[in-house]
Amino acid sequence: MAAVAEDEDAYRAGFERFAAAHAASDPAWLRARRTAAITRFVERGLPTARDEAWRHTPMAPLAKGLFLPADPAARPSADELAALPIEGLHGALFVLVNGRLSPELSSLDPGQPGVEVASLREVLRSQPGRLESWLGRVADGRTGVFADLNTAFAEDGAVVVVAPGTILKEPIQVSYLSAGDGAPAVSYARTLVVAGRGSECRVVESFSSPESSASLTNAVTEVVVEENAFVDRYKLQQESATALHVATLAVRLGRDARFVDHSLSFGAALSRNDIDVRFDAEGGDCALDGLFVVDGRRVADTHSRIEHAKPHCSSRELYKGVLDGQARGVFNGLVIVRPGAQKTDAWQMNRNLLLSREALVHSTPQLEILADDVKCKHGSTTGQLDANALFYLRSRGIGEAEARSLLTWAFASDLVRKLEIEPLRRAVGRQLQARLPGIAGLAEALP
Amino acid sequence: MLEIKNLHARAGESVILRGLDLTVRAGEVHAVMGPNGSGKSTLAHVLAGRPGYTVTAGEVIYKGRDLLALAPEVRAREGVFLAFQYPVEIAGVSNVYFLKAATNAIRKHRGLPELDALEFLALVKERSKIVDLDDELVKRAVNEGFSGGEKKRNEIFQMAVLEPSLAILDETDSGLDIDALRIVAGGVNRLRGPERAMIVVTHYQRLLNYIVPDFVHVLVDGRIVRSGGKEMALELEEKGYSWLEKEPAAAPVAGR
Repeated sequence: MAAVAEDEDAYRAGFERFAAAHAASDPAWLRARRTAAITRFVERGLPTARDEAWRHTPMAPLAKGLFLPADPAARPSADELAALPIEGLHGALFVLVNGRLSPELSSLDPGQPGVEVASLREVLRSQPGRLESWLGRVADGRTGVFADLNTAFAEDGAVVVVAPGTILKEPIQVSYLSAGDGAPAVSYARTLVVAGRGSECRVVESFSSPESSASLTNAVTEVVVEENAFVDRYKLQQESATALHVATLAVRLGRDARFVDHSLSFGAALSRNDIDVRFDAEGGDCALDGLFVVDGRRVADTHSRIEHAKPHCSSRELYKGVLDGQARGVFNGLVIVRPGAQKTDAWQMNRNLLLSREALVHSTPQLEILADDVKCKHGSTTGQLDANALFYLRSRGIGEAEARSLLTWAFASDLVRKLEIEPLRRAVGRQLQARLPGIAGLAEALP
Repeated sequence: MLEIKNLHARAGESVILRGLDLTVRAGEVHAVMGPNGSGKSTLAHVLAGRPGYTVTAGEVIYKGRDLLALAPEVRAREGVFLAFQYPVEIAGVSNVYFLKAATNAIRKHRGLPELDALEFLALVKERSKIVDLDDELVKRAVNEGFSGGEKKRNEIFQMAVLEPSLAILDETDSGLDIDALRIVAGGVNRLRGPERAMIVVTHYQRLLNYIVPDFVHVLVDGRIVRSGGKEMALELEEKGYSWLEKEPAAAPVAGR
């Protein structure tokens, strides 16, 4: 435990240096939020196996050694750059290297009026009070200590503010790249999306790191969906198989607001997603879809919390995991229906496919219902490939390895099909294909 | 083409086939009939290589090779086709993709060039007519949301595309109404030919009004107890199977 306490001291010392350096540039409200966040972190400390929310997730890699701040001037790898933007996406593009906007790699023109697209640093500099209602308020600390660390240390990020009534035509892509010499370093990724009343937008966040990177990405995405607005968010996590990825998504929904999330986790030795959705007014609607694919000794963990605080809101959550080797998956989904949140309609499902005997999933869907006129359903299934289907394919001449790939694809495909952005669907198809041997042109297999 | 000698097999722990002999030559259609539990479907599954069955004695020679030593996919590539009694639904994979993967796996095995998308679509268009299968069904996920009749037509459609040497139809008629039965049987008849053999496993004589076999075999307790020509099916329809169940196993007369 001494090592952990040292980590916390080091983070606190790091914060003191950070705060001194930012004393002049940060607005007072942000300084206060950063200080509150680091104070919470120091009080709580890094999670241990004794923390319920981290019981099944090996913390060792996150607590081991110290992650120094990644160099914002480092150059990303050629492979990472070559993948930008996602082929076929033409909207505004943020490229953040180690958490810092790279103006030469980015193109922040949304191509239409009514949308503000700017780096966090720039907004804090030019309009110091602009983000006060949202930044560090949506992700307010109850989502965990990593979000607090991000709030304390994030220097830059992506800000998208959509004016009331504006319908964004092209999806905005926010790409976080890790770069460096392979030393353990942490980058803080911070995205804030505010959709004004009656507006609509699509945002695609992607995360990558160079091969055999030992980096830690700590990401926080805050989304505010105001009355009758719609936000469709995509997350493509394709970090190196040795990298660490810890992310928080915090969403607040106004009256009749709609939010859809598609989370696709392919990379990282350890990926942890904490999701916190709160309905602040009646009539909200939220869908959380997730797919994680892990092999080797990698770990993918999603903890979601959907809070129905007001009546007449609906939420739907479908998470699917594909696990091979000795991989481990964790799904913990909590739906809370507060007293008085009548007519809540909540559905939650976790399905896992185990491709090997050693793979393991801890699946815990939970309902906490404190109202009496609600419709709530949840479930969880974990199993192997269907032997009948496998034989059916083989009986037609398809080899065993290919048949397994095809059925694995089939298991994941309903989530792929739900990706509304065609170029992203293709990119995800390629990611899956790369992990499934023997079968060509899987993207064409969709019925 | 196919020679089954003294075949003994278990499904899980239960002994099902107890010394089955059957010889099938190219161009012939053999009907295998019998009461429920006699081993008809086990025979079909053992020939196709379904896991879960253990052959404890006997042998199966297909085109001069030991069929039982081959993996199911290799049997298929060598020309064995099983039309399933219960075709499997595979959500997320289109019929056309599935069949193209199968066709090209078979072609590759035979040293033929793979078909490209256009060539394959032309083949699909032509063969889907054989069982009157709608274009829309061809594009849909494999068997997902298909009616019972559509699933069976899809099996025969697959057979038409894959062009097997030996087709085994496992209770392809069960659960079909008369119109669907006519379409399915019509498709099967169009696929008959001098190079292709068929084993038609059925519980009901009715199918044999539409697919007229060269030989009829009666399977009871895992053995063929009687073999004859197509007229034997009518006799079975009239008398049922019980009179055969009481008879001691006759020396099987298989093939010619």
